[in-house]
Amino acid sequence: MNRVMSGNEAVSQAVKLSRVQVISAYPITPQTSISEKLSEICGSGEMDAKFVKVESEHSAMATLIGASSTGVRTFTATSSQGLALMQELLFWVSGARLPVVMVNVNRAMAAPWTIWCDQTDSVSQRDTGWLQFYCWSNQEILDSVICAFKIAEELLIPCMVCHDGFFISHTHEVIDIPEQEQVDTFLSPRKAEYKLDTSDPRTFSGGTMPNMFMEFRYKVQAAFERAQGVIDQTYKQFAQTFGRDYRAVEAYYADDAEILLIASGSAASTVYHTVRQMRESGRKVGLLRLRQLRPLPVEGVLNHLTNEATIAVIDRNLSPGTGGVFTQELRAALHRNGEDCCIHEFVAGLGGRDITAADIEKICDDLDNKTADPAGINWVGLNR
Amino acid sequence: MSDTPDYDFCASHDFYGHTACPGCGEKILYRHVLDVLGPETVVVAPAGCAAVTDGVFPHSLSPVPYLHVAFGATASAAAGVRAGLDMSGRENVTVMAWAGDGATFDIGMGALSAIAERNENVLYVCYDNEAYMNTGMQRSSATPRGCWTTTTPASRLKSEPKKDIDAIMAAHRIPYVATASPAFLDDLKAKVERAKAIRGLRFMHLFSPCPPGWKSDPADSITIARLAVESNVFPLYEVYEGERLRLTYQSSSVAVSDYLKLQGRFKYMSEQEAEDMQSAVERSYAALKLRHEKSKVCL
Repeated sequence: MNRVMSGNEAVSQAVKLSRVQVISAYPITPQTSISEKLSEICGSGEMDAKFVKVESEHSAMATLIGASSTGVRTFTATSSQGLALMQELLFWVSGARLPVVMVNVNRAMAAPWTIWCDQTDSVSQRDTGWLQFYCWSNQEILDSVICAFKIAEELLIPCMVCHDGFFISHTHEVIDIPEQEQVDTFLSPRKAEYKLDTSDPRTFSGGTMPNMFMEFRYKVQAAFERAQGVIDQTYKQFAQTFGRDYRAVEAYYADDAEILLIASGSAASTVYHTVRQMRESGRKVGLLRLRQLRPLPVEGVLNHLTNEATIAVIDRNLSPGTGGVFTQELRAALHRNGEDCCIHEFVAGLGGRDITAADIEKICDDLDNKTADPAGINWVGLNR
Repeated sequence: MSDTPDYDFCASHDFYGHTACPGCGEKILYRHVLDVLGPETVVVAPAGCAAVTDGVFPHSLSPVPYLHVAFGATASAAAGVRAGLDMSGRENVTVMAWAGDGATFDIGMGALSAIAERNENVLYVCYDNEAYMNTGMQRSSATPRGCWTTTTPASRLKSEPKKDIDAIMAAHRIPYVATASPAFLDDLKAKVERAKAIRGLRFMHLFSPCPPGWKSDPADSITIARLAVESNVFPLYEVYEGERLRLTYQSSSVAVSDYLKLQGRFKYMSEQEAEDMQSAVERSYAALKLRHEKSKVCL
């Protein structure tokens, strides 16, 4: 069924269709409308879930640690400061192997106060042991949340689905809402091998000495190493059920591109739009859209690299002292894979500043004219 | 109590012994509380002495499901366990949070207040040894005035009185608040029985002697706990719905100094400070007694 709805409402619909049993969340802009809609759906009985209305994001995640440990399916959503407040427990969830799914509506971190979009909130959580997905449309949000439960429960790794605050969260688009029966065939109820069960009493996450801790971490790493396979398999099943095809890296006009731009989130849709226009005027520009930061889809990028292309990453985030996180991650990963290519780094759109088609064209011009710095940060639209 | 179950959870052959210090109040309390609650119980515990002494992976003395959680996460995680069990048709299982004073009075206070305001169906038990004992005796807001800890050294003893957690919890008008002591086991068990039967948030505050932190003889733990009650430093009472208060032990008016003198942590207190503590205890107890007399608690 086609309906017009915001990115945030798409999240709520996906949570309902995924038959989540316990939800816990705390209001924060621009996430709040997800919680509001879910409260409405739970309150009306349209969805059989318990929504625990907590006093902080730390408690939202703590609540899900408790609930997920009983074997039920759990969900929360947050943004920015809220995600940072959860950080201690993000590590806890992944270490405890709880398949919690969370939507993070990307918003820059204060200070100074801002409610507008950038990805620094979620990319800075890359070491917490969560899978991270980045969406560019409302349809993709709905589909990614449903997939996230299947992936998380298969791998016992928590999943974070990210979309850009306001650019996507509050923008309305037509999306196809699948039938409940369809979703039920794709996503079966969670089957927890271990849970808090009085007929099989076990102790969870107790103190562990140096003789065993590394082995637990190794197992988490091993799960991450098989994650891409599980994700790809899930997309295949998703396509078979719903007819929509996703992959970790989506390439547009990449094969013969002389300039290959790499981007994620809503910025990628602006790049896509600009690339198509530039193609019409004969410029050989392409786009690789990264849909994941964890696991970093290295193979998906390698498949599209050519010797001819000048490569540039557009990062809507900043790790001060280092630069854009996608850039740093890709440089490290490609180097590890023996690739010696130069990756230009463009930092753009921090704190909700628009990344416009004109910005994208200027990036391409700077690359063509070799006026872009190949080593340092190229700041887009900065008033120095 | 004549109806104590036959099985003794902590001594079960199937489980590893605990690693608590000799004379630890917490383990005595834990054993008797679990005895009353029985096997249909899930425990949620944060960092602290209880969590550490439950055993190191893969050992655990607890015969019921036990969820370790982060320090400030106890109350919310317990509410989450409750929600998960309720959604799985296991409403009959008791969810017990088991947390020390640091986790309860300090880092977990916001979350505890929140589950009280929401009246979550959880039994929250605080074993109170009046400082951060697991990290080595640092002051908490449960530490009494005039007490030595490693962060309130002899040169600067704690100058603030202990936070009145029971009044704070009762002010949330939750169904049940109770204090209890390992020196009064029948009273403790009767309160756990009552707490178990009530729905909603139940808060129990248990006095938990700590020989290493209190600089006391392990053999004196129960004596100290008894003197704390008899001197009215730690009166035994319960509060229903935040209103009706019942003292469950009436004082035999032991001097506070008799309680203090068995513990090295109070040895730096001046005579004046000890006298001030005596009068503060008398004032608090008189207020409780007045409420007790005004309340009509029908059990």
